[in-house]
Amino acid sequence: MLIEQLINGITLGSIYAIVALGFTLVFGVLGIINMAHGEIFMFGAFIGVIVTSTFKGPLWLAFAAAILVTGIMGYLLERFALRPLRNKQGVSHLAPLISTIGVSILLENLSHHLFGAGNHPFNNTFAEISFQIGSITVYLVQIVIFMISVILMYTLSYWLGKTKAGKALRATAENLETASLLGVDTKKTITMTVIIASAMGGIAGILVGMAFNSVTPQMGLSIGLKGLAIIILGGMGNVKGAMAGGLILGLAETFIVVYGNSGYRDAIAFAAIIVILLVRPQGLFGQKISA
Amino acid sequence: MLKVQGISTSYGKINVLKNISLEVEEGSIVTILGANGAGKSTTMKTICGLLKPQEGKVEFFGEDVTGRRPDQLVRTGIALVPEGRQILSGMTVLENLEMGAYHRKDNEIKHDIEKVMERFPILKERHQQLGGTLSGGQQQMLAIARALLSRPKLLLLDEPSMGLAPLVVADIFKIIKEINEAGTTVLLVEQNARQALRVSDYGYVLETGKIIAEGKSNDLLTDPRIMEAYLGRKSS
Repeated sequence: MLIEQLINGITLGSIYAIVALGFTLVFGVLGIINMAHGEIFMFGAFIGVIVTSTFKGPLWLAFAAAILVTGIMGYLLERFALRPLRNKQGVSHLAPLISTIGVSILLENLSHHLFGAGNHPFNNTFAEISFQIGSITVYLVQIVIFMISVILMYTLSYWLGKTKAGKALRATAENLETASLLGVDTKKTITMTVIIASAMGGIAGILVGMAFNSVTPQMGLSIGLKGLAIIILGGMGNVKGAMAGGLILGLAETFIVVYGNSGYRDAIAFAAIIVILLVRPQGLFGQKISA
Repeated sequence: MLKVQGISTSYGKINVLKNISLEVEEGSIVTILGANGAGKSTTMKTICGLLKPQEGKVEFFGEDVTGRRPDQLVRTGIALVPEGRQILSGMTVLENLEMGAYHRKDNEIKHDIEKVMERFPILKERHQQLGGTLSGGQQQMLAIARALLSRPKLLLLDEPSMGLAPLVVADIFKIIKEINEAGTTVLLVEQNARQALRVSDYGYVLETGKIIAEGKSNDLLTDPRIMEAYLGRKSS
């Protein structure tokens, strides 16, 4: 029982981690909270439903389509909702935040219109396949989700740490002006970051669809707020923090449902934010800002 | 090689630079002197593309480069070591150096990094440490080494001696001289007037956004007006 819950928690947590990574990348480079990230995630989930349920396509095609569509959405978000507000005199620093909230509402309404308000089941051929190890039941879908998450996190870490483009992104995140002095085309880097973050959101959308077998236009908001909670928990703009924070939240939610009261499941994330902000205002992995 | 013609730059409604013209000859070291707020950094930022001038022209090797972005200018051979060094504190010393060579596609980058680490042994010793953990002097050396890795033709240095101990300052000026002797043209902004003029060939004096004096460094060093205002010595 305990181990099964642990597996459930890790599965959920690794999805949260991927959602949070999308937030943290954009925050790192642009210094803004992308409130539309949850809705882009939701579109990824719907692309998954359309490919697998409507067209009976294979899962890999669902991933490919979701990456493509959400990546394009990321580009459009940056090009039309964020870039016009950048480096303009007289634009409030809250303007990009409000702009992304606007995009999130637009996307939610659009999805109501396109997909309908109801709950969409996510068909995948191996949803019911499970293994019995002793007394423990493990679903194949959990293993697949976990594997994809680990591969994605590892690839991202490697890319940020070892490749030229990844280093350019980190330099841009730390200091835009310095990065440009070193020869980084920061405009391109920012666009690329928003595209990658959005595509990761799209992948996470499919993973959630697979895990819970349910996709609705409203799912973006709740996952978006949780992603926000995780990056505050882990430290704003911190990649390791997003991964650890995601796992912590996933495990905490799972255990509160099992051993506590399931009604408090969603409250956990925000209770955690309040506690963390009181004890460690910079987040688990964040740097203290010295005066 | 660098010709700045009548540039005026403003932040919002405040005109910081008013009709500045200056010239840097290939192979020389040129200094811009001035007190805080005179517009020295603004001049540097306008030359390297971080700021766009409202008026005027910046020419590099006869080519009009006004309004180009910094990342484009690095490719044409202008590198800035910004005020306050601006080390990437979350990246290692080695990664900082690699970022210096970011725009290059040749296969001598590794060799060049080895070379600057030989010139600055402390950077080699600490190449795995995060840039933010270095001392002020070490960060300045890293910033200069990083800029050199872009293989600049013109190196802009914005107050390289700021906040450093006197011995380290002397070291930095020695390095600047060496860089110049190795064939890189240098444009230097300094408050440390005496030392700056001693290493340089030509100097400009900036006051509230205007050039109020210019001349050969030796002449400026012996000009009583300049001495009093910027070298902290009463003319006798």
